[in-house]
Amino acid sequence: MGEKIATRAAYGEALVELAARDSQVVALDADLSSATMSKKFSQTYPDRFFNMGIAECNMMGVAAGLATCGKKPFASTFAMFAAGRAFEQVRNSIAYPRLNVKVVGSHGGLSVGEDGATHQCCEDFGLMRVVPNMLVCCPCDANEMKLAVNALAEYDGPAYLRLGRLAVETVTDAIPGYRFELGKGAVLRPGKDVTIVSVGMMVQMALQAAELLAGEGIDARVIDMHTIKPLDEELLIQAARETGAVVTTEEHNIIGGLGEAVAGCLAAACPVPVLRHGVEDTFGRSGKAPLVLEHYGLTPQAIAEKARKAVACKK
Amino acid sequence: MDQAKLHQLAVTAAKGRLLAMEMVHTAASGHIGGSLSVMDALVELYFDVMRVDPANPKDPNRDRFVLSKGHCTPALYAVLAMRGYFPEEDIKLFRSITAHYSGHPDMVYVPGVDMSTGSLGQGISAAVGMALAGKVDKKDYRVYAALGDGEVEEGQVWEAAMAAAKYKLDNLCALVDVNGLQIDGKTADVMPSEPLDEKFKAFGWNVIPVDGHDFAQLEAAYAAAAAHKGAPTVLLAKTVKGKGVSFMENDAGWHGKAPNDEQYEKAMAELRDALAREEGK
Ligand SMILES: Cc1ncc(C[n+]2csc(CCOP(=O)(O)OP(=O)(O)O)c2C)c(N)n1
Ligand SMILES: [Mg+2]
Repeated sequence: MGEKIATRAAYGEALVELAARDSQVVALDADLSSATMSKKFSQTYPDRFFNMGIAECNMMGVAAGLATCGKKPFASTFAMFAAGRAFEQVRNSIAYPRLNVKVVGSHGGLSVGEDGATHQCCEDFGLMRVVPNMLVCCPCDANEMKLAVNALAEYDGPAYLRLGRLAVETVTDAIPGYRFELGKGAVLRPGKDVTIVSVGMMVQMALQAAELLAGEGIDARVIDMHTIKPLDEELLIQAARETGAVVTTEEHNIIGGLGEAVAGCLAAACPVPVLRHGVEDTFGRSGKAPLVLEHYGLTPQAIAEKARKAVACKK
Repeated sequence: MDQAKLHQLAVTAAKGRLLAMEMVHTAASGHIGGSLSVMDALVELYFDVMRVDPANPKDPNRDRFVLSKGHCTPALYAVLAMRGYFPEEDIKLFRSITAHYSGHPDMVYVPGVDMSTGSLGQGISAAVGMALAGKVDKKDYRVYAALGDGEVEEGQVWEAAMAAAKYKLDNLCALVDVNGLQIDGKTADVMPSEPLDEKFKAFGWNVIPVDGHDFAQLEAAYAAAAAHKGAPTVLLAKTVKGKGVSFMENDAGWHGKAPNDEQYEKAMAELRDALAREEGK
């Protein structure tokens, strides 16, 4: 079992390490630096940190302006306000002019827990994915997050990065042959009967689901699709051909996110049953995060059930 | 204000602080600092100013209240429970998956909540809409809203302020809970929002500065707001974040943190003493 660390904590550390190497990196936040973990950056590099107050739309516009002058801004707030409230600023001031801004949305999905529906953003993948020029990334653990932050710093263009609130087990560092590349999914477990395509915190659950399935003689492949856009179509098509059935799982509405991206790709290139697992087009609710996840069926058991159905669809 | 009423309001607010603290401790999460700072204003509204009937929470002619700084739900739910919208025991269900007393105000499930809020800056726009509807329908209900002094950094607040002045919404009265703090620190450091009086005046509002912990001043200010014609009014309420708990007062660290058991006992002891003092007066 790997150590449990929140991806937002890893983000905060990676940003400071990055800033030490690259003097053009700047960070902005909107009065949530202790939650998004950009606080460490603000303390280490106070001259390169801008707290824009509770004004997310302005923050995205300011980040765009900074980028026009050669800065590499990382602008963070909750996912709800980064992708949601400031959507149109991100679209028109960042993505359209193809500016090098990293839009960082923390506390994505239902695992926000107690704060409830107004803060549980299950629409950010969809919102960001439909915007041309945007890259959309959501790493599953601390190791992957650090690699993603570094890769995003090298990537010259607009991107959305989702961070998670909860401490999650680090899994990718123990996978033989694992390497991170933006736009390339990673096969975390081989399998021939069904493919589970997962993102973010659901990657760990997908691995647990694969264990459950193995006990029943179902051999599930698990793909960690950290980059939802651009989608690794090659890896997906290969998996669909070799396993004949696909399940997607995400801490996001089944509308608009990874599931639809995968289904869209496979419908054109290699039609096989694609079953989507995630939040069933509903708002979240308050509760302790693990209970909320269970309430909405974001569990390894529910993923395994989808996989059984997907396998049955093949016949 | 007559002394008996003043006394009653102070006792109610003291009880409200105990309930809010219990809510946040039981839920092991929630926003206590701003709930304690806005408590007196909410008690003044629901127990003195507003024309509401808890038995008929959807009465189309009722006065409305929007908690634009929605994170301070412990204050709102405590006041609604004390006012009789739902049983006081229900506060134990705050933020619990087993019920619908959500972390931020929920108008679908919680009786007495006039608008769902939680995303800062949005509640005041809804309050403008309610006041506008009142004008269109020639109704005499009034609309109240409470905002944070961090929240007013949102551009939307000023868009709403412009609209309220344009439509001469003298049936609208906002209150800004000026406690000087937001999450990342002092409002003056994070994003200076002062001078709020000059800003609101420039936006066409009637501005009344008030001590947000003084019921006589709050009553007089709400009465003056109702009497002011042709423009919306804003009360700039000077308050203390964490009011009533010595170790929480004026500390941004207590914005959204629940006390541990030891801190809870200490806080409750202080709040119980305050209640006894008020009751003894
Ligand atoms: C649009 C939006 N951005 C950020 C947040 C997160 N947030 C919750 S409370 C808060 C600080 C609010 O400060 P203030 O308005 O002064 O409230 P108070 O001091 O009365 O608690 C922030 C940034 C939010 N709820 N909504
Ligand atoms: Mg404040």
